[in-house]
Amino acid sequence: MLEHYISLATKAIFIENILLAYFLGMCSFLAISKRVDTSIGLGFAVTVVLTITAPANWAIHHYFLRDGALSWAGLPTVNLSYLNFIVFIAVIAAMVQLVEMILDRFSEKLYHNLGIFLPLIAVNCSILGGSLFLVEREYTFIESTVFGFGSGLGFFLAIASMSSIRYKLRYSNVPSKLKGLGITMLLTGLLSMAFMAFSGIDL
Amino acid sequence: MKLFDSKSKQALKDPLMQDNPITFQVLGICSALAVTVKMDTAIVMSFAVVFVLTMSNTVVSIFRNMIPSRVRIIFSLLVISSLVTLTDQYLKAYMYDMSKELNVFLALIITNCIVLGRAEAFAMKEGPWRSFLDGLGNALGYGIILVAVAAFRELFGSGSLMGFQIISDSMYTSGYQNNGLMVLSPGAFIILGLIIWVQRTIGKIEEE
Repeated sequence: MLEHYISLATKAIFIENILLAYFLGMCSFLAISKRVDTSIGLGFAVTVVLTITAPANWAIHHYFLRDGALSWAGLPTVNLSYLNFIVFIAVIAAMVQLVEMILDRFSEKLYHNLGIFLPLIAVNCSILGGSLFLVEREYTFIESTVFGFGSGLGFFLAIASMSSIRYKLRYSNVPSKLKGLGITMLLTGLLSMAFMAFSGIDL
Repeated sequence: MKLFDSKSKQALKDPLMQDNPITFQVLGICSALAVTVKMDTAIVMSFAVVFVLTMSNTVVSIFRNMIPSRVRIIFSLLVISSLVTLTDQYLKAYMYDMSKELNVFLALIITNCIVLGRAEAFAMKEGPWRSFLDGLGNALGYGIILVAVAAFRELFGSGSLMGFQIISDSMYTSGYQNNGLMVLSPGAFIILGLIIWVQRTIGKIEEE
């Protein structure tokens, strides 16, 4: 059983990296990866929020929204799954707010480091995408927690490596029109190609 | 008030080229890359974004004076996710195969930065008509890039456009092969990078 979870996590981190294979979270990836320290902060914040929101949204989908989920309330024919999007985004926004408040209360330092990213994260595609994927792939509770954590870690890995590449890039002579967004896209392509080398690994 | 004064025209025209949401404002790249393996998905996606963006801009702009600024993001998100749900249900009802192909990416219009970005930056300040035009312009600018990327990827990756075979069988028999990289994710990044390069060279835009 444990092997299954490890394999799922490896898949989420390396083989089907949420950023490099599914393009989720590109906006903040491109905007933040200019600096190494802020990238690590954002990567960490995304990991935390994804690990919390994935199981939370799983529970809400499983016990309230999916087809026949309300049978415990005596409503076996009700299918609320069309409310998925609205409820998920509300849960994510609420969770982000909650994490922010908890950090503010208990860890001043962490709050100062992560605080500015938390509002950004509510509209990060990778968070909502993670929740939608787990519904579509019909994960169980533990699987979705592992998947959320793995995806977050994958995002962390991608943004940390990208920011280090861009840091080195400051001293290279890039054509002026390719500077900034253009070269970052090309580099992301190469990075994604490198990550594709992991495909086929099966634990 | 004239229907198309210069500022309204600007709101519609600028985002098409020199202020393009994808290549210049760097918004909404997430969904742009995932649906561009084939042209028809890219076109349907563009239409969905046109609908959601124009409607959300208009609605947010109509209510802009009634919303307390503290809850404005939640309000915009609610408007956007209702619109996206509508689009999703419509596609499920009338174009089921397409909605299967677009997968979760249609739903991800909710967190597409273009929609929220335009609602924040434009619709919160300007009137409904101009916001409508701004939404339309930005969505079309997004669509142009989407279709361009998809055209390259489909042509070189599968040898077809809109599902019709372009590269003839005689080419394949004489040794031509499809570029397998194009249908995979790195192809999307590289094509978009090159498009940005070309567009900035033409538009004489420089960063930093």
